[in-house]
Amino acid sequence: MNAPALPKLGSMTAQKWRDFLINNGIYIVIFFIIAIIVISEPGFISIAVFRNILTQSSVRLILAFGVGGIIILQGTDLSLGRLVGFAAVISASLLQRADYASRFYPDLPALPLFVPLIIAMLVMALFSGINGWVVARFKIHPFLATLGMMITVYGILSIYFASGAPGPQPIGGYDDRYTEAVVGETLGVPNLVIYAAIVSALVWVLWNKTTFGKNLYAVGGNPEAAEVSGVNVTHTIVWVYILAGFLYGIGGFLEAARIGSANNGTGFGYELDAIAACVVGGISFSGGIGKVSGAIAGVLMFTIISYGMTFMGLDQYYQYIIKGVIIVVAVALDNQKYLKKT
Amino acid sequence: MQELLYIQEVSKSFSGVQVLKNVSLKIKSASVHALMGENGAGKSTLMKCLFGIYRQDSGQFFLEGNEFNFTDPKHALEHGVSMVHQELNQVTQRSIIDNIWLGRYPKSGLFVDEKKMRADTLALFEQLSIHLDPDTLLNQLSVSQRQMVEIAKAISYNAKIIVLDEPTSSLTEKEVEMLFTMIRNLQRKGVSVIYISHKMDEIFEICDEVTVLRDGSFVGTESLKEINMEKLVNMMVGRQLENRFPPKTNVPGEVHFEVKNLSTSYKPYIKDVNFALRRGEILGLAGLVGAGRTETAEAIFGVRTRASGEFFIDGNPITLKSPKDAKKNHFAFLTEERRRTGIYPVGNITFNSTIANVNAYKNKFGFTKDREMEKDTDTQIKAMRIRTSSKRELIRSLSGGNQQKVIIGRWLLTNPDILILDEPTRGIDVGAKYEIYQLIINLAMQNKSVIMISSEMPELLGITNRILVMSNGRVAGILETEKTNQEEIFHLATKYLNNSKEAEI
Repeated sequence: MNAPALPKLGSMTAQKWRDFLINNGIYIVIFFIIAIIVISEPGFISIAVFRNILTQSSVRLILAFGVGGIIILQGTDLSLGRLVGFAAVISASLLQRADYASRFYPDLPALPLFVPLIIAMLVMALFSGINGWVVARFKIHPFLATLGMMITVYGILSIYFASGAPGPQPIGGYDDRYTEAVVGETLGVPNLVIYAAIVSALVWVLWNKTTFGKNLYAVGGNPEAAEVSGVNVTHTIVWVYILAGFLYGIGGFLEAARIGSANNGTGFGYELDAIAACVVGGISFSGGIGKVSGAIAGVLMFTIISYGMTFMGLDQYYQYIIKGVIIVVAVALDNQKYLKKT
Repeated sequence: MQELLYIQEVSKSFSGVQVLKNVSLKIKSASVHALMGENGAGKSTLMKCLFGIYRQDSGQFFLEGNEFNFTDPKHALEHGVSMVHQELNQVTQRSIIDNIWLGRYPKSGLFVDEKKMRADTLALFEQLSIHLDPDTLLNQLSVSQRQMVEIAKAISYNAKIIVLDEPTSSLTEKEVEMLFTMIRNLQRKGVSVIYISHKMDEIFEICDEVTVLRDGSFVGTESLKEINMEKLVNMMVGRQLENRFPPKTNVPGEVHFEVKNLSTSYKPYIKDVNFALRRGEILGLAGLVGAGRTETAEAIFGVRTRASGEFFIDGNPITLKSPKDAKKNHFAFLTEERRRTGIYPVGNITFNSTIANVNAYKNKFGFTKDREMEKDTDTQIKAMRIRTSSKRELIRSLSGGNQQKVIIGRWLLTNPDILILDEPTRGIDVGAKYEIYQLIINLAMQNKSVIMISSEMPELLGITNRILVMSNGRVAGILETEKTNQEEIFHLATKYLNNSKEAEI
């Protein structure tokens, strides 16, 4: 074919290098950070650290899947943190020891563990579903819809928190079954890690093997195309938010036990961690793009970096600077990947 | 014989403007029915009412004698009406398979049946002789390949009626032939096709009947065996063609601006574009969708990264690294999508007229001189006969043609020598078009040089001095407007399409 003269081989490799750097830039940056951590603190490479990192990542990962689905829809969810907090307070209030002095419900019998879990999941699905309905039906930007929900839920959650028998004070003194189920381990593997693995597998199947998942990517990638192909776009959006609500419910249930107590401030700011992890893991704000493996990678990288920096004894304020820069660099590189056309 | 589809007196208005006035249409079964009319005649709106995307204000649709009213596209698809949209509605981040079965994924149990989807896709592609790997992501395909996928998808619904809205706008001649074979096969199976196109030769080749719409009204339905091209054109335009364009009174002079070896770094690529623009000349840029016309303009204006390219004004090399450089060298660029990249809809006319030149209105304290801005806006309103009650009116309340005049006025205030106009008459009614043409010719007469990108061939033939035809990112030829015709331009436009695999850069 009569193509114009191709550029020289040298420049082609340069171009390929450039593409490689752009496509993997964030991983390279993070690799260097980890390398610095390992060089200055060789003790970082150990089974115990590995375990801790996985355990600390577990709840974050479950939450990241929730908001990740919404980000694939070109959305975002600011109410995540407060919904997680609400789920944590509900779970904690229903699972206190019978002999604990200041019980939220003094006369509540010991409930099977799944009951509070299901209640937390359903309540969060309701609130998150309302987010989805507002976004889909009234075409309100998810940032604003979930901002409103974030503030509203904080009010509701605080009223509930204050309504317990002992008044507004942190809810602790859990039933041992609850603590054991969450922070215990099975065959040497922390239970939290097992739960995160199960949720990951379920979300992977849902995103990749079901009509719902394929519609999620289609609506996120091009809502008009989905609409004219007969996909019920409103329906899909609402269900993505409901699914997120279920995951926040699970996350809150686990988080309350992991921390050991819950109050109306629990979960504050979690949305930003979860969103940041998704973005670093390549779930794109421009919609239609994102993988389960990306969310896992994003969450793990964030945990490794913050854990590693703490391990090094780096002041927390410096950690904020580094994490903040990573987020912006990640998004900048992500945009290079998809929008490098002009 | 009973008709397959009967559209009875359908009307539709958008915010008070009636775009369809009692349009009726009968489609026979197993026929290919052309729907023609100028841009804005209401063809797409009518089809969108049929397909359930819009809801008509009044009127009925009958399919095989039964009245129906599709409330959404899913409904239409389930009843055997499918449509290939002009603005390819596809999820480009996903694979061919995922796009074809979008909205109706086959399931086995709880899960999507990937095996069946793949097998069905391969069978469909074989039947239509499409040779593409069904797992390819759509953003890896060329526009014409994406179009073929979309057509295959429409066929796969086992539809009774398929609407093809300008299906050949980015296909090569060979692909058009393939499409026509497909259409004839469908026809043999009893399927009817509604074929929207501007291309006369295609209409006469493939269609049985033609219905013409003009300004939202039904003009007539004719058998294509009993009508000739001239009569068809008259039906569409509704008047003699002579006065569509003002007389070309500009006289091109010496070479003014020269482009050498212009290539871009990123997709969509343009490769080795060379041309010279003469002073006072109107040079047309023709080509199919995706041929690289807009990209060429953007590369000149400095908004698209260049791999190579040199520019000369009056023989002297100039630097054009950014729009700022371009403005310094007295270029003006009227962008293609007026709504997206042209107007500031909530700004008033003064704001929209002066925004590109706001530095010229700074006083010594750095504040803007509002009175001068308004004075200049008034001058522009008068000079270009912009129809508005006041310079303080918001630009979005003006008609498309008047908006376009404001934008042209904006660039004229920067006192440009070279104007690049990308689709300057898109979405503008016929009367306003004439005024824009006159404006462009007047500019050329003032020794300004104009590059005009357009997808409307008659307009290129009507007002340019020469036409540069692009094909797949390259210059396929530069023609003297006086000595050429639509056929030659179209032929050149497909010149580089057959080896459409883009060269790696």
